[in-house]
Amino acid sequence: MSLLALQQYWWVIISLLASLLIFLMFVQGGQTLIYTLGKTEPERKIIVNTLGRKWEFTFTTLVTFGGAFFASFPLFYSTSFGGAYWVWMIILFAFVIQAVSYEFRTKPNNFLGQRTFEVFLLINGALGTILIGAAVSTFFTGSEFVVDKLNLTNLTSPVISRWEGPAHGLEAVLNWRNVTLGLTVFFLARVLGILYILNSVNQEAIAKRGHKQLWINAIPFLVLFLTYVFALLLSNGFAVDPETGRVFMEPFKYWHNLIQMPVVMVLFILGGLLVLHGIFMPLLRFKACASKGIWTAGIGTVLTVFALFLLAGFNHTPYYPSTSDLQSSLTIMNSSSSHYTLIAMSYVSLLVPFVLAYIVYAWWSINRKKITEEEMEEDGHAY
Amino acid sequence: MFDQIDLSMVDWARAQFALTAIYHWLFVPLTLGLSFIVAIMETIYVRTGNPEWKKITKFWMLLFGINFAIGVATGIILEFQFGTNWSNYSWFVGDIFGAPLAIEGIMAFFLESTFIAVMFFGWNKVSKGFHLAASWLTAIGANLSALWILVANAWMQNPVGMKFNPDTARNEMINFWEVLFSPMAVNKFLHTISNGYVIASIFVIGISAWFLLHHRHVLTAKRSILVAGIFGIITSLFLAYTGDGSAYTVAQKQPMKLAAMEGLYKGTSGAGLVAVGILTPSKKPGDGKDPFLMKVEIPNMLSILGYRDSKAFVPGVTDLLNGGYKPWFEKIPEEERESTYSVAQKMEKGKLAISALRNYKTASKAGDTILANISRRQLEENFPYFGYGYLTKPESAVPNIPLTFYSFHLMVMLGFYFILLFALVLFFLNRGNLEKQRWLLWLSLWTIPLGYLASQAGWVVAEVGRQPWVIQDLLPTIAAISMIGAGSVKTTFWIFAALFTALLIAEVMIMVRQIKIGPKDGGQK
Repeated sequence: MSLLALQQYWWVIISLLASLLIFLMFVQGGQTLIYTLGKTEPERKIIVNTLGRKWEFTFTTLVTFGGAFFASFPLFYSTSFGGAYWVWMIILFAFVIQAVSYEFRTKPNNFLGQRTFEVFLLINGALGTILIGAAVSTFFTGSEFVVDKLNLTNLTSPVISRWEGPAHGLEAVLNWRNVTLGLTVFFLARVLGILYILNSVNQEAIAKRGHKQLWINAIPFLVLFLTYVFALLLSNGFAVDPETGRVFMEPFKYWHNLIQMPVVMVLFILGGLLVLHGIFMPLLRFKACASKGIWTAGIGTVLTVFALFLLAGFNHTPYYPSTSDLQSSLTIMNSSSSHYTLIAMSYVSLLVPFVLAYIVYAWWSINRKKITEEEMEEDGHAY
Repeated sequence: MFDQIDLSMVDWARAQFALTAIYHWLFVPLTLGLSFIVAIMETIYVRTGNPEWKKITKFWMLLFGINFAIGVATGIILEFQFGTNWSNYSWFVGDIFGAPLAIEGIMAFFLESTFIAVMFFGWNKVSKGFHLAASWLTAIGANLSALWILVANAWMQNPVGMKFNPDTARNEMINFWEVLFSPMAVNKFLHTISNGYVIASIFVIGISAWFLLHHRHVLTAKRSILVAGIFGIITSLFLAYTGDGSAYTVAQKQPMKLAAMEGLYKGTSGAGLVAVGILTPSKKPGDGKDPFLMKVEIPNMLSILGYRDSKAFVPGVTDLLNGGYKPWFEKIPEEERESTYSVAQKMEKGKLAISALRNYKTASKAGDTILANISRRQLEENFPYFGYGYLTKPESAVPNIPLTFYSFHLMVMLGFYFILLFALVLFFLNRGNLEKQRWLLWLSLWTIPLGYLASQAGWVVAEVGRQPWVIQDLLPTIAAISMIGAGSVKTTFWIFAALFTALLIAEVMIMVRQIKIGPKDGGQK
């Protein structure tokens, strides 16, 4: 297998992990709705427990996404994490506080109080989605960094990459397009969270409020998403000359990517349609569809995000462009691991279908029964 | 072209890594061990059908869950910190180091997080057999994740299976199996996980002892002590065995660390092992002062531990700084062995390697193949000392000796004490009068913090003892960092410190309350 084929294979894996992560952020979206959908303590308990049985999947996918990115494109890991320090740190803080909140929330003598842990879940839900969305958007809008590997030979300051802006990543939220994608992910996560709760909970009042909230969140999601997509397709994009490796600006680059990669276009449109189907079928009150919306919208989310990542990295496009120095931009070719490591990791990636299979089986085993107050008491372990 | 490295930023970045690693390691060992203890208890339940064992299993599983959550919370920071605070490192060795981290996610974290959900929520939804399998798979997942991160850590201490590529200016993996099965990796994994098993055994025995002291849940407590006692004595003996293996690999690969562990300044043949000692506080290499105010030594033991030969020469800090000694190889006669370089000579060679890299890259860019080839050869010849080129003075190759020495001795003494404790507990349990040995029950309870102390001390030996290297001989911490202001790192350090401390307090308070509630109704509120 050629190095380029391996680099492309690994970009596909990274894109797949990213798309699964965005789908699984229904947990985060749901967390921002605990008080909106649950008006009484027992209702809130049902919602927290419904989400709490899945939070680790999102968390684990995030960690695996980080690990896989490190292993396959270490220069991204080095440049982005070490440069956009504050964005990543705030995202990490948001996930640290989530990890304990489910387990500690209702435990007696929990020091910080139930309300604090619920606020932690809210912060995680809001900051996690918005900042991850904004960070992903920088794959299209660019960041302020310079990479110079020769710097390794500078004895007093051998760091090869550095961020030009003093805000160390926080400047990303000053760009309206980044904010738009951040808010798109936020509202998408809320929509998915509602759909998941409709799927798993058997409680009339929560379902009623869920339907109402679906409208309230679906509309801003659609407006923001379409705004972002149009802005993206109409914008100047970053391109690489395949002959010389030089990076340059190309008008309508991402539109060109879309039409030059028809498979990606099909995935993107199909994904969008599935998301719409998942949202509007429950809204139009087809009862049978109400609980299945999460699956169509979920698959749609995965396909759309997957297609977006392919737009960012394929077709001679630098996936992590630098606005400070175009030639420092990261492409799947100049930032990847060696041929040997990518091959070794590719063998490991053969485990992924097996992992997905046991996750589906375990998920199915646990979700067979709808969640009610009685069901939560049965196992004796409730959040 | 970039600004000079801010030294205080390096210190803060190290402090932050130490802080987050120390907190993480307060929770992980218990997860590693308790997951197996719970799985063993559930196995007994499934085999006997006795509901008492189910109650015991669910009680310890509840404590496992509380501890697990905070272990996860503190762990995510560590993975991403390699990028955020050590970005140069992430590039320089990311081709090798990234792989175990990714495999950890794919192979271990998903196993753990998928089946832990079945473990906690599946009691009435899946068959007994599937539930039991889920408990075992959770334990295996937790331990597999330890395997990969410890392989990564061992590789930093003993970089093998790779080659420096001057074109990409980084190290690249050439042999995955060498990375996975290096003696350092195997020992580190086995030593660290058995340490987790010992801590979990101490935890279970200590809490059960508290129940016995208060005449509560006597049957649950005794059965828990039986499982944890047997698990503890087997694993603590194994811990000692792997500890011996660790010392041996350290002697071979990190002689400076071994010298620091033993406070050995001047090397000698047939070196003794310091059993107990007090270091001279103001001692500096080469100042002629006696390194010890007092010490009790076991003759020849250090030579045996480090080189499996009572006559072997063990180099001290001064020998390693000044060079000129002949390293011990049993099968090679002394006259055929080459003398070692001094640190100053290694620094020269390191600087040569670094400038050869610069020349190589400049010549390649200019199309000057002759100069590029010469530079490449020069780089390859001197590459084993590459990291020394960044050091500013030879003394910076010496780690903090008092911290390494005292941590090592504390760890070893406590390790032997744990074996004795497990033996005593099992002896009295077998004789049927454990409840009457109140002194032993109190001792068991108060040993819980000692288990953690020993474990943290072990990591101090491993990580402080290898300074200044982040990659042994190839990259010092000073050259591994990210270019961010010390102010940013200082801020995140204090945020982590406050947050993790608050979460630790919450965890301990919840745990204590659940223990007080006890296993009567499954430990639930």
